[in-house]
Amino acid sequence: MAVRIEVGYRDGVRDPRGERVVREALELAGINLQSVRTVSVYTVDIALTEQELEKVASGPFTDPIIQEYAVGRPVGGVFDLLIEVGYRPGVTDNAGRSAGEAVSQLLGRSLEPHEGVFTSIQYQIHGDLSEDDAHRLASEVLANGLIHRWQVIPAEKYDLSTGLEPEVPRVSLIGGGRVQEVELAGGDEHLMKISREGLLALSLKEMKIIQAHFMDPDVQKNRKGMGLGPKPTDVEIEVLAQTWSEHCKHKIFNAIIRYEDEEGNVETVDSLFATYIVGATERIRKERGEEDICLSVFKDNAGVIRFNSDYSLVFKVETHNSPSALDPYGGALTGIVGVNRDPFGTGLGANLLFNTDVFCFASPFYSEPLPPRILHPRRIYEGVVEGVEHGGNKSGIPTVNGAVVFDSRFLGKPLVYCGTAAMMPAVVAGKPSHEKKVCVGDRVVMVGGRIGKDGIHGATFSSEELHEGSPVSAVQIGDPITQKRMFDFLLIARDEGLYTSITDNGAGGLSSSVGEIARDTNGAVLHLDLAPLKYPGLDPWEILISEAQERMTVSVPPRNLARFIELSEKMGVESTDLGEFDDSGYFKATFEGRVVSCLSMEFLHEGLPQMVLDARWEPPQLEEPVIRVARDPAATLLELLGRLNICSKESIVRRYDHEVQGGSVVKPFTGVCNDGPSDAAVVRPILDSFEGVVVSNGIVPRYSDIDTYAMAANAVDEALRNYVAVGGNPAWAAALDNFCWCDPVQSEKTPDGTYKLAQLVRANRGLYDAVTTFGIPLISGKDSMKNDYIMGDIKISIPPTLLASVIGRMEDVRQAVTMDLKKTGNYLYILGETADELGGSEYYAHLGYIGRQVPVVNFLKAKERYDRYHQALRQGLVRSCHDCSDGGLAVALAEMAFAGDVGLTVNLDAIPAAGNFREDVTLFSETASRLLVEVTPSASQKFEELMGDTTWARIGQSTDVHRMVIREGERELISLSLDEMKRAWQEPLSGL
Amino acid sequence: MSPTPKAIVITGNGTNCEREAAQACRLGGFHADIVHISRILSGEVTLDSYQFLNLTGGFLDGDDLGSAMVHANRLKYAVVAGDGERVLEQISRFISAGKPILGVCNGFQLMVKMGLLPGLDGGFDRTATLTFNDSGRFEDRWVTLLVDEDSPCIFTKDIQHVPLPVRHGEGKFTVRDDQILDQLKARRLLTVRYMDAATGKATMTYPDNPNGSVEGVAGVCSPSGLLFGLMPHPEAYLHRVNHPRWTREDLPEEGAGVAFFRNAYEYVIQAL
Repeated sequence: MAVRIEVGYRDGVRDPRGERVVREALELAGINLQSVRTVSVYTVDIALTEQELEKVASGPFTDPIIQEYAVGRPVGGVFDLLIEVGYRPGVTDNAGRSAGEAVSQLLGRSLEPHEGVFTSIQYQIHGDLSEDDAHRLASEVLANGLIHRWQVIPAEKYDLSTGLEPEVPRVSLIGGGRVQEVELAGGDEHLMKISREGLLALSLKEMKIIQAHFMDPDVQKNRKGMGLGPKPTDVEIEVLAQTWSEHCKHKIFNAIIRYEDEEGNVETVDSLFATYIVGATERIRKERGEEDICLSVFKDNAGVIRFNSDYSLVFKVETHNSPSALDPYGGALTGIVGVNRDPFGTGLGANLLFNTDVFCFASPFYSEPLPPRILHPRRIYEGVVEGVEHGGNKSGIPTVNGAVVFDSRFLGKPLVYCGTAAMMPAVVAGKPSHEKKVCVGDRVVMVGGRIGKDGIHGATFSSEELHEGSPVSAVQIGDPITQKRMFDFLLIARDEGLYTSITDNGAGGLSSSVGEIARDTNGAVLHLDLAPLKYPGLDPWEILISEAQERMTVSVPPRNLARFIELSEKMGVESTDLGEFDDSGYFKATFEGRVVSCLSMEFLHEGLPQMVLDARWEPPQLEEPVIRVARDPAATLLELLGRLNICSKESIVRRYDHEVQGGSVVKPFTGVCNDGPSDAAVVRPILDSFEGVVVSNGIVPRYSDIDTYAMAANAVDEALRNYVAVGGNPAWAAALDNFCWCDPVQSEKTPDGTYKLAQLVRANRGLYDAVTTFGIPLISGKDSMKNDYIMGDIKISIPPTLLASVIGRMEDVRQAVTMDLKKTGNYLYILGETADELGGSEYYAHLGYIGRQVPVVNFLKAKERYDRYHQALRQGLVRSCHDCSDGGLAVALAEMAFAGDVGLTVNLDAIPAAGNFREDVTLFSETASRLLVEVTPSASQKFEELMGDTTWARIGQSTDVHRMVIREGERELISLSLDEMKRAWQEPLSGL
Repeated sequence: MSPTPKAIVITGNGTNCEREAAQACRLGGFHADIVHISRILSGEVTLDSYQFLNLTGGFLDGDDLGSAMVHANRLKYAVVAGDGERVLEQISRFISAGKPILGVCNGFQLMVKMGLLPGLDGGFDRTATLTFNDSGRFEDRWVTLLVDEDSPCIFTKDIQHVPLPVRHGEGKFTVRDDQILDQLKARRLLTVRYMDAATGKATMTYPDNPNGSVEGVAGVCSPSGLLFGLMPHPEAYLHRVNHPRWTREDLPEEGAGVAFFRNAYEYVIQAL
């Protein structure tokens, strides 16, 4: 019989969790509450004596200084209404897991499978609200129906002496172990019904290929020998659906594309990935020869470059958009701890060094009615920010760099990019660490968490748009501590040389992880009944494709198995021998001695033919706006500083630990009051060396409305100029590409598919041209192609978005430069020419325009400029440097001045311009590749000599007046106090 | 004793700052070992062979039941394999031997939740706690600490004030009752407080005081001065490039956090 233990705060002790509910009830749901007291509820489903219950309650569950507890009866006092929120059965309950461990420590024995502790939170509410309001409060603020359950109880229906009945959200499944055959014989409609109803996301063509495969007499004969019938099992169909999903197979990026430009010229692209991504890197590596920094690209879970002779640098960026749309907290948390496993599972394993994150949201101040099944952007914002906070901070990985981008179209799906960099010793147990290979006979060992129904169909779900039938099982909550324990263990196992290969269990679960690394030996057999389960009752197909978190798959030579398991047990981590890698040519699974799946490796990995798609580029019909009445530039600047895409994100960033591991050098915020926005992050990974890692990002989805070629080119340029600005060596840099697109395949629901695909082709060309000219190889990346929302007749597609991340090295972090002006009396330079390129700018967006003239990147000139600037920085000639991006020159100048608390006078006439144009163009144009540089008068001559015949000019000087003054001739265009500008910049998101 | 004294940094179950804590110990003069808790529980490693114990930052067990609560419980009941000795007995013996213990952030929370700090009775009596910041949020920001020069704390010798980062969500120091606070004040155990840089005094004002701690308390020591815990991270400021304004201020090459560890080293060299 389960018992409730309630723990509440003593009278007079502040309850910040309750205070937050009062705040959010008003802001998110418009509900006014007087006060809220919270109670932590532990439902203990373990046979304990009264003394033991008392000991548990008073020990690990209660802090005697501020809390009080009650066993089997309620705590707390009088209230108007009570809401209690717990998890649905099967949802990860981290506090429940910790509480169970605490009980087990106290009893000195481990818990039985049927025992456990389940947590919920009780909100004791004071205030005048109806039961309907209370349900709304629960669903809009306190809980998410996909993962939580709740009850609302008015005070008059609540018995203060007995409280609530214990309720155990245990998963009770009947049976399990079922294998069903799938009848593929039938027409097109029959096949599509199987795909749709099974959430397989397989197209008709793919279903027909599968149908034909199983009808093949050779296949049939072979199956008979295995004891399998002629029809495929549900296990086999599911394995194929996972492996062939857009998410895992990148079918669009690998398709044959017939691209037609605006003049009717036709060109065939045989795989965007091979042509523009791998093609770019191959070309760069060849050109660089001896100076190639790449070690492992495109073949592992993350890219690997050289850092120095002793260490290699690993980096990967992922997205977790679809789950974050449904459950922002769980989706984002799973996103960050999930991407951690990629660098960790690269080569023989790497120590995680830092995280980066980039979020794309609709405005949190959105006030229109919401389409069905869409959460309010404010809630998405809060949930995502908190999920990444918990995932990063609790894993002990600093979050050093990121960005937040706002656009109304991210209402349909938010984008949550999470990246993780890692270091590995160049040599591990006598072998190069970035290489791995499974050997025939190695054991298939699963390490970490257990398997449940959670995360089933995540891979196929994210290969579709968000729709009515999107599965709730795809939503999960990550568990950073279980993962941390696993990593602690695996790093020791790595250094002891106990395994030959490692990979993570992410999308597609075991079917993808084992199926993938089994390519080394060309086969594997898995005994699914050996897999540790969270609860009984799963069917074999569920065990094989579950995406339950915190699991890695490793290949362990039989001679090391005993030591591997022993070390694992000692460190409190579960490892299970599930089978063997072989060279049979088949990926086989058994359950209780019976073969339940047997697919040829060849069919599994090569059976899917390339898609053939059409793309047609027609430039959008856009006009450059005619601005007749000149606006007051000072007022415009203040308005721009307060725009969501420009304003300070400090209220988010401070919630992320950016210093753990001790290597922080350039932090997200800098300047006199530690509040100026840094361009990029610098980290010192080895604490007794001054070599540094530099990381930055670039992202400009607004430009996609004009041309995705420019969008991609500018994203790469922005990332590189940020990287260079702080001191990154442009000759030792690599890039990652993360594409988030809306469905680009022409169909009934996507009538503009050929245009969207043409946008994708153009973005790839922009990316290719940028990285090949800059000489920065692409080392890894990812694409997420179905970022649409379709419900009834409402369709929202995100703007095509490329995130470019740049990572590399600086020789000595003591040469790093920050963006805050340092001292009065110094010279200010601009590097680069300014053009009339307001198309897609924040300025136009502010005025309600898109425009036509999007910034054009001159890669060659930019490269020359960055190289020379880097020389100047290496020679110690640079005092501060800031890049011009969103909002253009005026915004960048303002940020430098208020961050440094140093005044600034600038002469607009001195700015090198490509033509004669209006002052607002010079001030707010977002022309690419420009840097603003502060130099002392004594260093100025040397600096000017170094910049030589590139385009640059001295445009102003730092002053001891606390104002920024921008003049055109004698006319004062802008004169604003530093405080005034800073206030405008800090205000918008400060309350969130 | 050996010429170079040995420091141990215990990790596992969510400890995160072990690398920089070990580096800080080395810069302070110690030989430092990072030891996973499982090696203590298995009996492979015992605290007896060390002179300085570091309980450093992290999120022990995810802080799921309140910061460090589960680990405090674990250490209370955990038994070393083989000889059946409780880990707690090893810790008691370490304290009785007059060896110093430093708890930073999550390690400070652990010491408080175990009753090691403030340790007014010399035993494990719980008289204080660390709870949620008034802001209700985790925050990473730099603060300035004001050191009570009359505190018996051996770690803060010759330090007047020091800039360090805080990185926590549960750092608000709270005591059981006013008598406890009076005792802590009278015995000068409130070693470090959050300082208002403008006045040079302890402050209750956010963000200089990031969490709303009573009396602006950032760290406390035991009456012996040998057990010390604080929320800010001295091991995060080992070199001037760790400082948020190193690109604009003249700062000594060595980070101000090293002094805490050097003080421990000098104490160990002289007293043990």
